[in-house]
Amino acid sequence: MASKDFIRKRFFPHIWCPGCGHGIILNGLVRAVENLGLDRKNIVMVSGIGCSARISGYVDFHSLHTLHGRALAFATGVKLSKPELDVIVPMGDGDALAIGGNHFIHAARRNIEMTAIVMNNRIYGMTGGQFSPLSGYGTMGTTVPYGNIDHDFDVVDLSLSAGATFVARTTTYHVHEMIDLLTKAISHKGFSVLEVLTQCPTYFGRRNRIGDAVQMMETYKTGTTRIGSKKKQENPELIERGIFAQKELPEYCREYDSIIEKAKRK
Amino acid sequence: MNKTIRFMQGNEVCAEAAIYAGVNFFAGYPITPSTEIAESLALRLPESGGKFIQMEDEISSMCAIVGASLTGNKAMTATSGPGFSLMQEALGYAIMAEIPCVIVNVMRGGPSTGLPTQVGQGDVYQTRYGTHGDHAIITLTASNHADIFRMTIEAFNFAETYRTPVILLLDEVTGHLREKIEIPEPGKIPLVKRLRTAVKAGVDYHPYLPREDGRLPMSDFGDVHRYNVTGLYHDMWGFPTTNPPVVYGLIRHLVDKIENNTPRITRFRKYYTKDADTLFISYGASARSTLHLVENRRKRGENVGLLELQTLWPFPAEIVRDACSKVSLVIVVEMNMGQIAKEVKLAVNNPENVFLANRIDGELITPTDLRNTLRVIQGKGV
Ligand SMILES: Cc1ncc(C[n+]2csc(CCOP(=O)(O)OP(=O)(O)O)c2C)c(N)n1
Ligand code: SF4
Repeated sequence: MASKDFIRKRFFPHIWCPGCGHGIILNGLVRAVENLGLDRKNIVMVSGIGCSARISGYVDFHSLHTLHGRALAFATGVKLSKPELDVIVPMGDGDALAIGGNHFIHAARRNIEMTAIVMNNRIYGMTGGQFSPLSGYGTMGTTVPYGNIDHDFDVVDLSLSAGATFVARTTTYHVHEMIDLLTKAISHKGFSVLEVLTQCPTYFGRRNRIGDAVQMMETYKTGTTRIGSKKKQENPELIERGIFAQKELPEYCREYDSIIEKAKRK
Repeated sequence: MNKTIRFMQGNEVCAEAAIYAGVNFFAGYPITPSTEIAESLALRLPESGGKFIQMEDEISSMCAIVGASLTGNKAMTATSGPGFSLMQEALGYAIMAEIPCVIVNVMRGGPSTGLPTQVGQGDVYQTRYGTHGDHAIITLTASNHADIFRMTIEAFNFAETYRTPVILLLDEVTGHLREKIEIPEPGKIPLVKRLRTAVKAGVDYHPYLPREDGRLPMSDFGDVHRYNVTGLYHDMWGFPTTNPPVVYGLIRHLVDKIENNTPRITRFRKYYTKDADTLFISYGASARSTLHLVENRRKRGENVGLLELQTLWPFPAEIVRDACSKVSLVIVVEMNMGQIAKEVKLAVNNPENVFLANRIDGELITPTDLRNTLRVIQGKGV
């Protein structure tokens, strides 16, 4: 099956602005699914609310477009009730880590098998450019007209300490790496997190004078580096990309299967 | 026939009835006075291959049961006031996306954390109006173990029939009371199976195109039909739309499928109403005290009766109007400031004959309270 078969043509044109990074992630996702040879009827895309969340509607899988921040909670119900499904959960940074932060850490802690994709554009795109918990100190947004005094956190560090068993980061500039990491994240047996730095030229780019989509992607090229590279030692400011954790630990649904066995033997 | 008679708590009865109804997924978060439902199902569900999960809060619990319902399961959660408040957004989602599921709210005294271990009936309006936007909802209640069993099953049946969340509104007293119950034989109470589409693979399936009777056959996530589910206004494909006729059609469908079926959804019990001159209307724990008083008064030859409501929403206005048409005095008994009393006044021809007998101090309203209220209304003094 070719990647074009994974797209719901009926639902186009999409709502994204020209240059938005979310479309690149859609492209990467479809290719990763193609690589894996997954059956469309076994994939469920669960998303929340945001520009990013609309991604679930454009793919021809089962798609559940839910509430702002709650995608992982809905996804937990889907996965635990039918563990044979492959559950993919694309989320915006606000969606995943502001309003949905609690669900994020608990899904990671449970190690329930699903793939969380954090489409991190460091801003609330859908509502018009307010700061997010990932914007960072000193950034500009419509609700921080004097500059942001909120500090951000590192999605990778958070995921690692919450217990995610696969944690990786890439950007929309590094498309091949993105496809590779998505492929690995989706096939991982446990809770996987892939953070993708993605550009919102309309709000983050403009408000913070970074420029258009191309200029923003340039910053991903120059501002990031592979994990453990020499460049990082020379310039600690660089953001690392790659796989930060990949381990096998007891997965929630399989653990529950053994609960069922115990209960039946009783 | 082997009778299964058990001595148990109302909350445990609810859990047993859910198992009888075929529940196979529960997600919840502990809260008094509902916790025993979760505890019972944590034990019982895996015995038959069902799933139980304690979530991080009630928001996620409500979301998880929606997800589980979409894969083809009968799913439920149970909570009390504070948790039910947290569920409101996802409850609206389940209404909009037409997801069958059951939410039990075992009421305590509110607002806020209120009276965690004491009784109240203040959430009647919250079940009706708690989530935003115009909508219709089904809320059932019960006053004794046999009826908790019955209404729990009805809740699942209505959820499947009308593709909607159904709220079972219990209270601390009925939930914690221990009494005998005869568990019906399997198969004795009819169960409504999920209506699934007959559309074959490769043929267009319209997940949100109602049949002529208003029902929408479902397709499980994981089956051949892949479609979109959203809380946005959507077309017959489940895809977001703002097209006014489609928006209008959807909200009408969501409301009409319930409101137009009010007679089918209405459950009630009548006690001594035929020749009654004074009619009590009550539900839940309040109805227990009321029945006690009514039986007492009957022994003294007074023409009093009780209409016990088991369906609170959609409000059975016709049944109430009819029952009140021949009586000179109507007394609504509830443990709140008159939530159902207001509905009764709206429904009847002579609202000036409708009085409220209530308690709002966390204590169960007693037959003595009712006797005193009756005397005051009758001008006899206490
Ligand atoms: C409960 C609730 N609060 C607020 C909103 C409004 N809202 C919609 S999307 C959004 C933020 C979107 O930002 P993000 O999740 O980062 O995704 P993006 O649009 O940037 O892709 C907000 C605040 C909402 N839909 N629901
Ligand atoms: S507002 Fe930003 S995130 Fe939303 S579609 Fe436009 S560019 Fe993308």
